[in-house]
Amino acid sequence: MSPLSNDLKLGRRDFLKGSLLASGGLLIGVTLTGCGKAAPVGPGGSPVAWLHIGGDNSITIIIDKSEMGQGVYTSLPMLIADELDVPLSMVKVEFAPADKAFINVFLGTMITGGSTSIREGWSKLRTAGATARAMLVGAAADAWKVDPTQIKVADGKLTGPSGQSATFGEMADAASKREAPKDAKPKDVKDLKLVGTATKRLDTPNKVDGTAEYGIDVKLPGLKYAALSQSPVLGGKVKSVDSTTAEKMPGVIKVVTTSSGVVIVADHYWQAHVARDALKISWDDGVNAHLSTASIRAGLANAKGAPLTARKDGIGAAGVKGGKKTVSATYELPMRAHATMEPMNCTADVRADGCDIYVGTQIQQIAQATAAAAAGMAPEKVGVHTTLLGGGFGRRLEVDFIPAAVEASKAIGAPVKLIWTREDDFTHDAYGPPAHNSATAALDASGNPSAVHLNVVGPSITARMFPPVVAKPGTVDPFMVEAAANYLYDVPNVQVDVLRHEIGINVGFLRSVSHQLNAFMVESFMDELAHSAAKDPFEYRRALLIKQPRAKRVLEEAAARSGWGKAPAGTHQGIAVMEGYGTYLAAVADISLVDGKAKIGKITCVVDCGQKVNPSIVESQIVSGMVFGLPQALWSEVTLEDGKVQQSNFDSYRVARMNDVPTLDVLLLDSTEAPGGIGEPSVAVVAPAIANAIFAATGKRVRDLPLAKSGLV
Amino acid sequence: MITLKINGRALETDASPDTPLLWVLRDHLGMTGTKFGCGKSLCGACTVHVDGSATRSCVTPVENVVGKEIRTIEGLSKDRSHPVQQAWMELDVPQCGYCQSGQIMSATALLERNPNPTDADIDSAMAGNICRCGTYPRIRAAIHKAADLMKGAAK
Ligand code: FES
Ligand code: FES
Repeated sequence: MSPLSNDLKLGRRDFLKGSLLASGGLLIGVTLTGCGKAAPVGPGGSPVAWLHIGGDNSITIIIDKSEMGQGVYTSLPMLIADELDVPLSMVKVEFAPADKAFINVFLGTMITGGSTSIREGWSKLRTAGATARAMLVGAAADAWKVDPTQIKVADGKLTGPSGQSATFGEMADAASKREAPKDAKPKDVKDLKLVGTATKRLDTPNKVDGTAEYGIDVKLPGLKYAALSQSPVLGGKVKSVDSTTAEKMPGVIKVVTTSSGVVIVADHYWQAHVARDALKISWDDGVNAHLSTASIRAGLANAKGAPLTARKDGIGAAGVKGGKKTVSATYELPMRAHATMEPMNCTADVRADGCDIYVGTQIQQIAQATAAAAAGMAPEKVGVHTTLLGGGFGRRLEVDFIPAAVEASKAIGAPVKLIWTREDDFTHDAYGPPAHNSATAALDASGNPSAVHLNVVGPSITARMFPPVVAKPGTVDPFMVEAAANYLYDVPNVQVDVLRHEIGINVGFLRSVSHQLNAFMVESFMDELAHSAAKDPFEYRRALLIKQPRAKRVLEEAAARSGWGKAPAGTHQGIAVMEGYGTYLAAVADISLVDGKAKIGKITCVVDCGQKVNPSIVESQIVSGMVFGLPQALWSEVTLEDGKVQQSNFDSYRVARMNDVPTLDVLLLDSTEAPGGIGEPSVAVVAPAIANAIFAATGKRVRDLPLAKSGLV
Repeated sequence: MITLKINGRALETDASPDTPLLWVLRDHLGMTGTKFGCGKSLCGACTVHVDGSATRSCVTPVENVVGKEIRTIEGLSKDRSHPVQQAWMELDVPQCGYCQSGQIMSATALLERNPNPTDADIDSAMAGNICRCGTYPRIRAAIHKAADLMKGAAK
């Protein structure tokens, strides 16, 4: 990490207005990544944090990072509080201000591609804390003319050898004039006091009394409300609009044809919503007029072209040919919706001199560029105000809900809040991609695989969202081969191939991304191999994980905790193991059959996510992922007919409700490894664990998700 | 003009009588603690109490609740002291938090008519409230906790 020099910061101080810098103080800029977020590599994936210590003794982390439930607004202050030896209550978090100068800093210098690994985020934030601490200590040592090693730091105070004492605030200005040390070392993990404790979330109080502000809650003077009518066929365009009736309806201010569809702006939201139904729009359906789920599936099944090889060990796929016995299977995965609880929305205020948008986004810089294009302004004229997110899951990495709000505000010359209905949200998502995955293996005389060939076919999200990442011919899309390219089992010949096949509509990042697609293949297939070898699925895996101690450990712990092999009569178990985001986890599903259908009784999940910053947040995220993965295993599927999405609300797209959730038994193992991601991996182990349990119960292998299509759930 | 009794106060709105209570609260009266999730009585995000019963405000025309006692998340307590809020904080239930106003209002209505809910009672009372962040296990635990707190307070 290289803290920005104090000079640059001084030059930029005008961006932090008001109280924060009124008292001067010490400001350290850091690049910041990680924390279990679904952030891909590429622009916008690498936000920036500022650590500010004010003359008034305030400690503030200013982050351009979205809180969408993953607890980042609690975990980040914990890291800083530990390094600075201050109580957590002293550390405040602020959203990055939308001031143009601030945003310029990001655009000009701070966008970096690259990893969002937790290891990096973990070390960077702690380094920021250590840097600030060293500068404060240095300032105190100079002031008191003592050696820095004689200064003690506790409770936000610096103490010298002969009783000298100063608060951080009193030393902040002097510290800010010092050169930032290049080599400040964070504390040893064993000396951390807060990290590793189940500290309460800082954002909870405002989430139990209705005061937490999401994008949909933004209030501005003179705010008008808007509803949007989009082409029912994905990708279609407005041909013509008859808005005569709609325009006469109560409260309607204007009907605006935008790049996203037809917008009705009214004094109140419900007026816009009602008037929308009175619009007579004729649509140009475009190229997707006949697109259907059947045609997409057939396209993927028959995709032609030379795949790229993401991994090859030994002689790779060639090893399959010489095997004594071969096993092969094909797995099909459907499109899925994000369905965040807060429907998409954006508030825009376009003025002659600039534009502000208020939006729950995971991708501030691209949101800014998108709004700028819609407003016909330079990006630096657009301020992005990030609100809390009512769920992200990758949906708010998209910016498709921004332009219409901006165009409508520009057309009426007043701020506009545009809200999608739930139906808009389901029918115009950037869906989790479908896949057609196949696996082939050769087994040796003892039934162990001597070669495994995995072949992934699907559309690329990266190619649309972050084209530079895959621009070079021959580059494998890293977001297509997760949980496949890192194939864990000890097999001499392994080949992982990937073939990109676009399907004509946008697919997007959905929590756990391709882990879910590929873990279903890899872990169902392991069960098939174990069955072919007439071995216990747990023992079979364990023997092949000898060289993967972390994977082996979670597998063994999950088997022990779930009573593997000792289930009471009528209970059937399935197991799955995976590594994703640097986290290892194994799940065991317990099911029983009621009238020939699987009833899920319990899912045990054992997790090694390395060092846990906040075990309570980790536990809640693992559970959250399992509850997210459950309906995707059982019911969730987006289908298309004539280019139109068939699911429109929670009645036709089933998600998990309280009474659907079985006992979820989560065990977090102690580990000193670097922190792994926790928000996503558990999504992916649920489906294979349940499918494997269904096989144990019925002898029927379900290779097509959601499992409900088999009639067995 | 329509006059509504909300959280013990009389409030006026010029919304048309068929406007759903949800949008009157959010848009006309600025009470944005009650959330929009589905608009079709399918998710529970908009849950408020009407004469003590959990009611989906997204499908309730405002004219139907004239003269009735409406309670929203803003009216549960002034200082988060309601036992359900206390239990929610104690167990750190919310993640993104968006569904939680509705969850809390449904849970409160449940506990007011059934101070000792079983897990099955909780399942059936809460099945209409979706949480996409999957906070269900903590919600269940928090409802039991709130029941205990309420009993403690009643003693
Ligand atoms: S918004 Fe009313 S039930 Fe979903
Ligand atoms: S906390 Fe996010 S939807 Fe419930």
